[in-house]
Amino acid sequence: MPGPLIQIDQLSKRFDKGALAALDSVTAHVNAGEVTGLVGPDGAGKTTLLRLIAGLLVPSTGKITVNGLDPVTDSGAVHRIVSYMPQRFGLYEDLSVQENLTLYADLRSVLGSDREEAFERLLGFTGLAPFTNRLAGALSGGMKQKLGLACALIKKPDLLLLDEPSVGVDPISRRELWRMVYELVDQGIGVVWSTAYLDEAEQCARVLLLNEGALLYAGSPQDLTDRVAGRTYQIRHIDTDRREVLSEATKLATVIDGVIQGSRVRLVMAEGADPPNLAPLNAGLAAEISQIPPRFEDAFMDLIGGGFRATSPFADREDSAAHTMNQVVEARALTRRFGDFTAADKISFEVGRGEIFGLIGPNGAGKSTTFKMLCGLLQPSEGSARVVGLDLQNAPSKARGRIGYMAQKFSLYGDLSVQQNLDFFAGVYGLTGKSRKDAISQMIETFGFADRLDVNAMGLPLGYKQRLALACAVMHDPDVLFLDEPTSGVDPRTRREFWTHINAMVANGVTIMVTTHFLDEAEYCDRMALIYRSKMIASGSPDELKDRARASGMMDPTLEDAFIALVEQSDREREAA
Amino acid sequence: MFQRIWSLIIKELLASARDPQTRWVVLFSPPFLLVIYAFAITQEISSVTLGVHTQDRGVEARELISRFEGSTTFEEILYLRRDADITAAIDSRSVDLVLRIGPDFSRQLERGEPANVQLILDGRASNAAQILAGYSGRIVQDFNEDQATALGVPTLTKVVTRVWYNPNLDPLWSAVPALFAVLTAIVGFMVSALSIARERELGTFEQLLVSPLRPTEILIGKAVPALMIALASATAMLILGWLVLDVPLRGSLLLLYASMIIYLAAIIGIGLFISSLAATQQQAVIGLFIYMMPAVLLSGYATPVANMPDWLQALNESNPIMHFIVISKAVYMKDAPAELFFHHTWPMAVIAVVTLTAGAWLFRRRVS
Repeated sequence: MPGPLIQIDQLSKRFDKGALAALDSVTAHVNAGEVTGLVGPDGAGKTTLLRLIAGLLVPSTGKITVNGLDPVTDSGAVHRIVSYMPQRFGLYEDLSVQENLTLYADLRSVLGSDREEAFERLLGFTGLAPFTNRLAGALSGGMKQKLGLACALIKKPDLLLLDEPSVGVDPISRRELWRMVYELVDQGIGVVWSTAYLDEAEQCARVLLLNEGALLYAGSPQDLTDRVAGRTYQIRHIDTDRREVLSEATKLATVIDGVIQGSRVRLVMAEGADPPNLAPLNAGLAAEISQIPPRFEDAFMDLIGGGFRATSPFADREDSAAHTMNQVVEARALTRRFGDFTAADKISFEVGRGEIFGLIGPNGAGKSTTFKMLCGLLQPSEGSARVVGLDLQNAPSKARGRIGYMAQKFSLYGDLSVQQNLDFFAGVYGLTGKSRKDAISQMIETFGFADRLDVNAMGLPLGYKQRLALACAVMHDPDVLFLDEPTSGVDPRTRREFWTHINAMVANGVTIMVTTHFLDEAEYCDRMALIYRSKMIASGSPDELKDRARASGMMDPTLEDAFIALVEQSDREREAA
Repeated sequence: MFQRIWSLIIKELLASARDPQTRWVVLFSPPFLLVIYAFAITQEISSVTLGVHTQDRGVEARELISRFEGSTTFEEILYLRRDADITAAIDSRSVDLVLRIGPDFSRQLERGEPANVQLILDGRASNAAQILAGYSGRIVQDFNEDQATALGVPTLTKVVTRVWYNPNLDPLWSAVPALFAVLTAIVGFMVSALSIARERELGTFEQLLVSPLRPTEILIGKAVPALMIALASATAMLILGWLVLDVPLRGSLLLLYASMIIYLAAIIGIGLFISSLAATQQQAVIGLFIYMMPAVLLSGYATPVANMPDWLQALNESNPIMHFIVISKAVYMKDAPAELFFHHTWPMAVIAVVTLTAGAWLFRRRVS
């Protein structure tokens, strides 16, 4: 057997002197003819490593060889055998699909009959053949990634580097991308697939698990998952509040990690520990606990020493008298048109007090449009959106003072310090005097900002940015909290911490509206609406949606399976009509 | 409500102060540019080389040439032997102008007849050519008068020039007030045009829109800090103009500041309007330049507004820079009457009201 395709030896990269290393003495290898997952949260060093392999960055110390070649000194030779698809692939949005392909063929000097052959092969491979005349900018997220992949494959490489190819791609397109990558692997190409989604690790032959620049694990995902074999349990038939059961369970020293999965609670136990006794968890009489197969994420949490365990200080917060409405959010035949295009079509639902309601769906399906109409950022063309009994679009500013909003990219002021951001949002939400002081100091205490008050928001680690964004959104104790893709790209531990706070707020009667394309996150929802092609094609609790997938013959569907089944069913119905 | 606006103002000021880019580009570079530009655009002609080609060796010709030699304007005199040398000297820019005296010059004067001298100028530098023509004309005129006196012919009409407000015709005195107006506008434009577009790009603008802030409150919270920053920069420029460039300021500072606030309100209104149309900072900057180029060129900064066609002058009424250059020059060079302020401030006030209202209205619309 020939040696590995990529050999990485004691590799470190620092961008600034004295700054934390983006990569810290990583030693690893990548084999040809298999998918190597480069797995880790945002800021773990995935992109840095890919760029080092592609010869776009120079290592601070250590060495990389690709097929025996040094990417920096032999860059020409390395570029001939490596294709690199950056996070936002360099597609020219004002050129058509065909023009983009032609351009990359020119750049790679693929000419004559080779070129015709490559186009035919790639258009067939990606399913883009019917769309050759469409502008790249008008493609959906999934199709853009497929076109990006096609452009990267114009000349068949020995090594394909994919930087987060599944970001912004809905579950269906994501499955297709994986299918395409497996085909490439069968042809002997080595593929490096970087991702922040731990569930994707399970599809790789080998994974390199990165966290904060350090390599935590290298090897087959199954070997890592096996480390927690026999230690993963699920509590079912909970007839009390599952969020409180989770909160109680994670207080136990023997519980390493816990998450909510629809109406159930999933736990990872410490090595040698017995499953917890259900009685003290107050899960109700019908509740039962059983062992379930482990996931890669369970093993990851075990590896980093478990999830977030502290209880949220929000749990102790006085229940304010304000959270008393019953129908807190109400969408009635909500419709929005942009020119000829209907982005949201007669969407109706109601959300009660203390509920977590999710809007899920593929990108561009209309979930963001619906979300924006609900929080008053977009005027509906028809229908009405009412929050706390008021139409936010025309409501007085007082009504807006009763909602909180946390945007996707943690909309903070990067040049302002933590303290200044808190001061600003307190002021904007009309907090004065003592209530202002109390709110700010409570946030500082809750989220542990005390020793970072003077740090610019821009310079905070991702997890802290998210905490600060949440702090700014809830400081004024809103009735409804709108969360737009709240934990995308965040590491699992921070995500658990985030949901611990959210669950505590819900217990106090705060209503949560959340959009997400991350279906593990949707498991936290009490109910959700699935929006597809501008219409709400299903709604209900996670278990209800899974039941509908079961009805179509699936054994133990995940929420993602349910999602795909429902979307495919909707496609069939539409074609039949 | 005041507290919300106050928080926004504090935030804007802090953000500008903490962002090194804003700090340098907006706060410090305009005063610096004022000094650089003031020297660069100065219209004084220095280190001029005069070419002399004479075919006359008479007393009068020598007398005229020596007057040119005596002038401080001409640093160097180059004697050209042949007629053909003139073309080569002008073409190669080794001389800036040529004085050409024909063979009959002295003889004709002695006979009491009118005589001609020729002045050849380089039209490629039209401005310098005009100024040099003026200088040379004055030398010849003095020479004329002396000749007439010598011949006992009385001079019929004598021009006595007195330049008011700028007795020495110091070019800095007219350049600095105009530059001051333009640079103040640029600061106001930059701060306001980028502010909303930047927030939109970062996603923080939505955060503001879902907060209890009303569109008018956002507008005030954006306009006031921009006004404060531009006023600070303008003050720095005034002090520099006075201390470093030595340009006197004769009019009322109070009236200047009062009209400057209205001027900046108009400028910031336009900036915020452009900013609320733009989705990104890049778009805002492009939009700003599309507006700013003609606004500056037509403002009377480079060419007199009175020379423009009527329709353009009418259009210029909506150009705040034009109005403020008039005010700025008036305050700098003379103690301008209050009517002049009023005449030029009310159009700016109208512009401010229109653009600020439009900006606030657009905030709500342009959310994608």
